[in-house]
Amino acid sequence: MAGLELLSDQGYRVDGRRAGELRKIQARMGVFAQADGSAYIEQGNTKALAVVYGPHEIRGSRARALPDRALVNCQYSSATFSTGERKRRPHGDRKSCEMGLQLRQTFEAAILTQLHPRSQIDIYVQADGGTYAACVNAATLAVLDAGIPMRDFVCACSAGFVDGTALADLSHVEEAAGGPQLALALLPASGQIALLEMDARLHEDHLERVLEAAAQAARDVHTLLDRVVRQHVREASILLGD
Amino acid sequence: MLKSKTFLKKTRAGGVMKIVREHYLRDDIGCGAPGCAACGGAHEGPALEPQPQDPASSVCPQPHYLLPDTNVLLHQIDVLEDPAIRNVIVLQTVLQEVRNRSAPVYKRIRDVTNNQEKHFYTFTNEHHRETYVEQEQGENANDRNDRAIRVAAKWYNEHLKKMSADNQLQVIFITNDRRNKEKAIEEGIPAFTCEEYVKSLTANPELIDRLACLSEEGNEIESGKIIFSEHLPLSKLQQGIKSGTYLQGTFRASRENYLEATVWIHGDNEENKEIILQGLKHLNRAVHEDIVAVELLPKSQWVAPSSVVLHDEGQNEEDVEKEEETERMLKTAVSEKMLKPTGRVVGIIKRNWRPYCGMLSKSDIKESRRHLFTPADKRIPRIRIETRQASTLEGRRIIVAIDGWPRNSRYPNGHFVRNLGDVGEKETETEVLLLEHDVPHQPFSQAVLSFLPKMPWSITEKDMKNREDLRHLCICSVDPPGCTDIDDALHCRELENGNLEVGVHIADVSHFIRPGNALDQESARRGTTVYLCEKRIDMVPELLSSNLCSLKCDVDRLAFSCIWEMNHNAEILKTKFTKSVINSKASLTYAEAQLRIDSANMNDDITTSLRGLNKLAKILKKRRIEKGALTLSSPEVRFHMDSETHDPIDLQTKELRETNSMVEEFMLLANISVAKKIHEEFSEHALLRKHPAPPPSNYEILVKAARSRNLEIKTDTAKSLAESLDQAESPTFPYLNTLLRILATRCMMQAVYFCSGMDNDFHHYGLASPIYTHFTSPIRRYADVIVHRLLAVAIGADCTYPELTDKHKLADICKNLNFRHKMAQYAQRASVAFHTQLFFKSKGIVSEEAYILFVRKNAIVVLIPKYGLEGTVFFEEKDKPNPQLIYDDEIPSLKIEDTVFHVFDKVKVKIMLDSSNLQHQKIRMSLVEPQIPGISIPTDTSNMDLNGPKKKKMKLGK
Repeated sequence: MAGLELLSDQGYRVDGRRAGELRKIQARMGVFAQADGSAYIEQGNTKALAVVYGPHEIRGSRARALPDRALVNCQYSSATFSTGERKRRPHGDRKSCEMGLQLRQTFEAAILTQLHPRSQIDIYVQADGGTYAACVNAATLAVLDAGIPMRDFVCACSAGFVDGTALADLSHVEEAAGGPQLALALLPASGQIALLEMDARLHEDHLERVLEAAAQAARDVHTLLDRVVRQHVREASILLGD
Repeated sequence: MLKSKTFLKKTRAGGVMKIVREHYLRDDIGCGAPGCAACGGAHEGPALEPQPQDPASSVCPQPHYLLPDTNVLLHQIDVLEDPAIRNVIVLQTVLQEVRNRSAPVYKRIRDVTNNQEKHFYTFTNEHHRETYVEQEQGENANDRNDRAIRVAAKWYNEHLKKMSADNQLQVIFITNDRRNKEKAIEEGIPAFTCEEYVKSLTANPELIDRLACLSEEGNEIESGKIIFSEHLPLSKLQQGIKSGTYLQGTFRASRENYLEATVWIHGDNEENKEIILQGLKHLNRAVHEDIVAVELLPKSQWVAPSSVVLHDEGQNEEDVEKEEETERMLKTAVSEKMLKPTGRVVGIIKRNWRPYCGMLSKSDIKESRRHLFTPADKRIPRIRIETRQASTLEGRRIIVAIDGWPRNSRYPNGHFVRNLGDVGEKETETEVLLLEHDVPHQPFSQAVLSFLPKMPWSITEKDMKNREDLRHLCICSVDPPGCTDIDDALHCRELENGNLEVGVHIADVSHFIRPGNALDQESARRGTTVYLCEKRIDMVPELLSSNLCSLKCDVDRLAFSCIWEMNHNAEILKTKFTKSVINSKASLTYAEAQLRIDSANMNDDITTSLRGLNKLAKILKKRRIEKGALTLSSPEVRFHMDSETHDPIDLQTKELRETNSMVEEFMLLANISVAKKIHEEFSEHALLRKHPAPPPSNYEILVKAARSRNLEIKTDTAKSLAESLDQAESPTFPYLNTLLRILATRCMMQAVYFCSGMDNDFHHYGLASPIYTHFTSPIRRYADVIVHRLLAVAIGADCTYPELTDKHKLADICKNLNFRHKMAQYAQRASVAFHTQLFFKSKGIVSEEAYILFVRKNAIVVLIPKYGLEGTVFFEEKDKPNPQLIYDDEIPSLKIEDTVFHVFDKVKVKIMLDSSNLQHQKIRMSLVEPQIPGISIPTDTSNMDLNGPKKKKMKLGK
């Protein structure tokens, strides 16, 4: 009868979180041996897998090579079983292409591409019930795993807006309810924004608050990812026997 | 802060889809009891009292909190809202169920929860680590929720015990479900039914009356006979409506006849728009305003609407048979063509019950606890309630809510809600009037008042930003006497280039009412200030309406100014809008302003300014009328109130002076200028006002009436109507023109607010303007506040906000405003009617001259110019031989015996107060002149006051 109440009077969301709280995040690095770098992340029910190849020589047409920096090539695909309706093709549709493009913009901003002129870095991301944020976070870990120099972590998070309150890290239910949704990729150390995307209309006055909520959430993600990376390095160094 | 693990899996059938959702369980949700060490006060907002000092309950003497289940909340909300009930824990499970089942109850419970004094606490049990329960196999959702509620109740009891050893605090589970209660007691939770608990509150016996009677055992009195056929279930109704066997519509009971009703069918189909229902059984327990499903009867059973007036007077429940007889009586022989589609109610789609005002009709049996309640609205059936305080409630106005209508009961069952006061008392009657017209009139809440500026208030540097200083201008305001909410002021001065500068300055209310806060929401809800005869129900708190926003003289006030440069022919050369600061030099009444203009020896700045304005206004008015604006008229009266008792001592019709029209002209001009500006800037979401042209058929009555006086009224355009009204003069009958204008007013449509993006017809018929809005009274109309905000954004003086540019939200606001304005009008009329009654009560019986406004089949409607009072003179009375009446629809005229009555005929009537029905006192009029034997009462005006009461008795005795 009545629509879903996204935020209760007591300040709890549908799944029991408060407005600024993230979903549960679990991440692992180095999940694939054959790739140069790889990572797996779970944010709530969203699961993403990222692999990185490179830097290596340009494959295919040489003409694509850039004289002063590396080419970042991103591809996004989602598992056919990951969404409500089963998809025919895992990649190559409009949505995947757009996502790939956005990822590329994000990482061109973060990777020190000028260190590797005339070369190519490939990032392949797969996500279940994918969101941009999970992909970026997974890819960051994978790029770090590959040892490619970056300016900083890239941490992404989404944010929405309900009844005058900004909600961080939207779940599927909250996304499906419509309303504005903002995706933010942040370089946490400098506070620079690598990518900001928004669909639906949001009034100018609210933008700042939503942005702040997303940024705070991205900083929280950073703390978590940082912990994962340190853990991974510690494990790796133990394995190497130092 | 975040401890979460469990996942909740839900499977939805129909197309195989597995939905996985996360459900976080937390350990930081407080129990709501202050001083609880375990929770560390981890709760915000309203909380429970540490040691509830509840009224002593005989079943549970120690201090306790209440924990009601869903059904208790849904049905006994009236009890829970009582100030005696405090410290209630509302579980999230319960709240969600209420939300899904009934939006109004959900809103009420939220209001109660927000009330600090009630100490209601919402416990988010579904997300608490220890009170979350998972649905078990084979358990349905309802049982799971019941279990969740019991688990929470149990947790609470254990949790409170942990708080301190000697703690006596208990949580009492309230449920009306017997099985649920048994289970709870098994699990060691103290549980009671709502009835048990309320009856145990020995200190508050009056609460028992407010219990909704839903006892499953059934009421013993209405034993045997089933009167009504069963309502079909909703699924069947929907099927039937889809296939066309049933029709869905709004049930409208008849005011005159309790055994008759019409159903307005929803949708656009032309035939069967209106279906008649006749007889108790066919009405089948539907109540006015319900949405019902009806089935058409075969043509052989169709009936015509009866013209008989019938009121439900039976006290006895058993005389259903007698009722059937009356029903048969209704079906008198009527011609074939009069028959209308007739149907019967098969089911109720949605009940639209609300609490009703009315009076108790005490049962004849002295000790009886069951009484019938007669609502003030005649369209609502009488309601049976159970009360022990019948003798105190007798002669009082009370509020009653309906609980249900069983099949074997002649009347619906209800419960007592509130006592308003004595009948006839001014306060009580005003309260009834406001309640029945749904006028929000509670004092402003603390939350609303907190947004008022702090006193002493003065204009700061910040206020001056984007504001022009116009304090040097000679501005004055002209208003009716005694006006404290002055929202407009004017000025006029000659510029160096010989042109005139005219300014309209409107109180800058939007400066004080910021969008979205509680103050804004409350004024948006109220929509308009309601002026009753002795009382004003403000839209904004008094500090603003009568002080900070009121443009009083000799103080600095913030204003929104509209300034034109005009030449001496009143042609606008330039228009400028600006926020400003003004200092009014004089607050004049219409009469004072008129005096200044007229007296030759006054030549100060204010007077020259007024003269300039007056001159321009005349030109403006002339031009407006040339364009076809209508000058209509309605009889308006003012009461002279006794300053001590506030009783009306005299009535007087409103006088119109030149200055009235002067102010009006400039307000119209400002409104039109602003409308143009905001529509230019916001083509999709400007708030405008339109007045649709009435359909030609509306004018029939006016044209016919004029023809009977050998006058012709053209109605094809507004202009021709205005012209023909101007020419309709009769040298021997000067009042005729006013009467015609009054009639013309009755033909008009309602003017409405709308959002420019949702409509494409902007025309204002009455003012003959292509575009119009309301800008000039922001203190008393919310529409003007929105227009102010739009204009402020348009000139860059203020920032925009999201809701302002959302046309759907704006359309919602318009809908509310239109409703509130209509209701305010009705309330005003009802208040005038009530005061007229008071006036004639003190005055006794009076004979006055009157004019016939309408002629009906068995009556004439007359207007008494002296009092602006309209009334009906009936020629048929119950226990008198009916005179011979011949009605002619074409002229229209009514011939009684040998006298013929036409519209506009002058008659003399006697006015008196008829208080035979306490609930509906009314003014009764009877004919004095022309004399018709057996109908009119003899003229005997001399020492009437002496004979007054006696005569009344005589008349009643006849």
